[in-house]
Amino acid sequence: MIGTWIRAGAVALGLAAGTAQAEESFIVVQSTTSTQNSGLLDYILPGFEAETGIDVRVVAVGTGQAIKNAMNGDGDVLLVHAKQAEEKFVAEGWGVERFDVMYNDFVLVGPRSDPAKVKGGTDIVAALTAISDTRAPFVSRGDNSGTHKAELRHWKEAGIDVADASGNWYRETGSGMGATLNVASGMDAYALTDRATWLAFGNKGKLNILVEGDPKLFNQYGVILVNPDKHPGVRVAAAQRFIDWLLSEEGQAAIASFKLDGEQLFFPNAQ
Amino acid sequence: MQDFAAEISDAMLLILQGDAELWAIVLLSLRVSLLAVLVSAVIGMPLGAALAVGRFPGRRAVIVLLNALMGLPPVVVGLLVYLMLSRSGPLGVLELLYTPTAMIIAQVVLVSPIIAALTRQVVEMLAEEYSEQLRSLGVSRLASVPVLLWDARLALITALLAGFGRAIAEVGAVIIVGGNINHVTRVMTTTIALETSKGNLALALALGVILIGIAVAVNALVSALSLRAEQEGLTHA
Amino acid sequence: MRDLALEPLAGLEVRDIRIGRNGGTLLNVPHLMLDGPGPTLILGPNGAGKSLLLRCLHGLIAPDVGQVLQDGMPLGARQKAQQAMVFQQPVLLRRSVAGNLDFVLRRQGLNRTARRARIETLLQEGGLTAKARQSARSLSGGEAQRLAILRALATGPEILFLDEPTSALDPAATQTIERMVLHASAQGVRIVMVTHDIGQARRLAADVVMMQGGRVVEHGPASEVLDTPRSQAAQLYLAGGLII
Repeated sequence: MIGTWIRAGAVALGLAAGTAQAEESFIVVQSTTSTQNSGLLDYILPGFEAETGIDVRVVAVGTGQAIKNAMNGDGDVLLVHAKQAEEKFVAEGWGVERFDVMYNDFVLVGPRSDPAKVKGGTDIVAALTAISDTRAPFVSRGDNSGTHKAELRHWKEAGIDVADASGNWYRETGSGMGATLNVASGMDAYALTDRATWLAFGNKGKLNILVEGDPKLFNQYGVILVNPDKHPGVRVAAAQRFIDWLLSEEGQAAIASFKLDGEQLFFPNAQ
Repeated sequence: MQDFAAEISDAMLLILQGDAELWAIVLLSLRVSLLAVLVSAVIGMPLGAALAVGRFPGRRAVIVLLNALMGLPPVVVGLLVYLMLSRSGPLGVLELLYTPTAMIIAQVVLVSPIIAALTRQVVEMLAEEYSEQLRSLGVSRLASVPVLLWDARLALITALLAGFGRAIAEVGAVIIVGGNINHVTRVMTTTIALETSKGNLALALALGVILIGIAVAVNALVSALSLRAEQEGLTHA
Repeated sequence: MRDLALEPLAGLEVRDIRIGRNGGTLLNVPHLMLDGPGPTLILGPNGAGKSLLLRCLHGLIAPDVGQVLQDGMPLGARQKAQQAMVFQQPVLLRRSVAGNLDFVLRRQGLNRTARRARIETLLQEGGLTAKARQSARSLSGGEAQRLAILRALATGPEILFLDEPTSALDPAATQTIERMVLHASAQGVRIVMVTHDIGQARRLAADVVMMQGGRVVEHGPASEVLDTPRSQAAQLYLAGGLII
């Protein structure tokens, strides 16, 4: 009885707010800030939406939060970049299957003054070692996102325990890529960022790309259908259509054609 | 930095020229927050009046709780509403997460205590003044509630506007339960957060100017109303 | 307003009411019968318990013990509905002058046309016709008290209590109020009014209740109580009052 009332109230509210709740006319994609902030999704989605009539609603948060939200069933598709975490997500039954979609790469950005003298390098581990040695300020996402996880892997490889330096020369913002870049720009610090967010970022200040091209900086994106066995509400048909489209020649071509300042940001590599 | 001034004027121009997408965002903000205030008024005003006029055990405790709830952190409210509306949550079947309705619900949770607490204060003061007179006229405690609400109308409108100010300027809760989805749940504050994270500080600031403009308009309205109230002797003094 | 020939005058009777606070006595009235034609004025110094007695008579305050009877019946909703009260500080609703009258007329279930006609008559009686649309809270002290009396009369009371209605008013405003009170009395409304102004008691009272220290020290026709007081308390008050 109470449930009925709540439902009726919610429907009334929904009507008042003008929300349409037609079946499967839309899907929710849990994704990362990099795909949204770079403008990629705004670029490729209209094509899919026009073709299928399916509205793609993107919730852009850090990879960690996106995975958590998807585990709660609050999304139909997961599009993120943290391969290990994604594979774990599928192995635990939260997702159906993981597919490679595209990659871009990470770059190390830092101030023009470059106190650690890492400019022009192609070895991320060596660069991080130099930063640590000179105790030059470094700003980290610190939010368990895909970028954050990648960054931590490189520190580990360099044999540096950043936990010791936390709050000292190593600063964790606990926020998204853009917010973190704003901090780095404000304090002339080094930061690891995905290239797409960096190119689209409008507040670079004195920051430049200093290290790029290391194969270790390769950043793979994967797409996963949230498992309807765990969450029966998942809009399977529409979500599967979106995934199929992303992996299709058409979708892959759309990704490849997205350019910012003449530069291609994402490289499709679906098999 | 010299580009920044130019960027701001560009952004302001974009807004003033009536960029359709931007105005859709502004309108959604207004729609969500106005509806939230409306629902909060329906909940908060009778509750506040009941607390002002009613006498029951635990009344003081409820008032203390209500006053404390006025300062609820939006992020916590967002998280709680998210946990309720998530597909894994108790109300998941309603499929309300990432809709404007979810944002309205979060804002109602934030605003209702404000309206209820302010209503309680205003009505209690008025009830004290009216008490003997209304009883003399044979108006029962229950029947006095609409009389008090009506006679406190100007102060109550001020309370509503205070609630609206809180709702429209809030970002922490709506970004969690709305998801900041383009064309669906993207409002002024979440756009400001997004554009800031993209480093588009000028656009973010221009939207901030609109938000400030709304805040100023609301406060001017409050001030004009209280001035009128004073002139007409409708205040408590 | 009422047909005096057919209906006996309402009588108010106090039976042994007492109110105490913190061991002290605020009010102690073993017996009091108000059944004369009125107006009755309750006279006494500050703190004599005049207002308290008035509130007991009107049922706003329940005495610790004892009871008040109206026409031989204990005070109930029906009895209270036949009473109205005007307070020392008029409490006007935050509405227009006409709106204040409309509020009580509406409660009597009068239709729109009847209410409008009644409001017009009342405003004329109180000389407030020109201010009908004005906010009631913007009236002067005298006007506000006039409106409060009109509103009380609009309920069609058999008994009208007034608690020092002129204590904050200038002589001209006081005179207007007194005229309204006498007019209401002449129309058959039983008037019970508290004052500390001996002159006012002389001008208005048919009978006077003299109070002191929570007790009724004397009750009788105005001429007797005011001119040949028997109790020492009344003599003292009247002597002091004459100096003031």
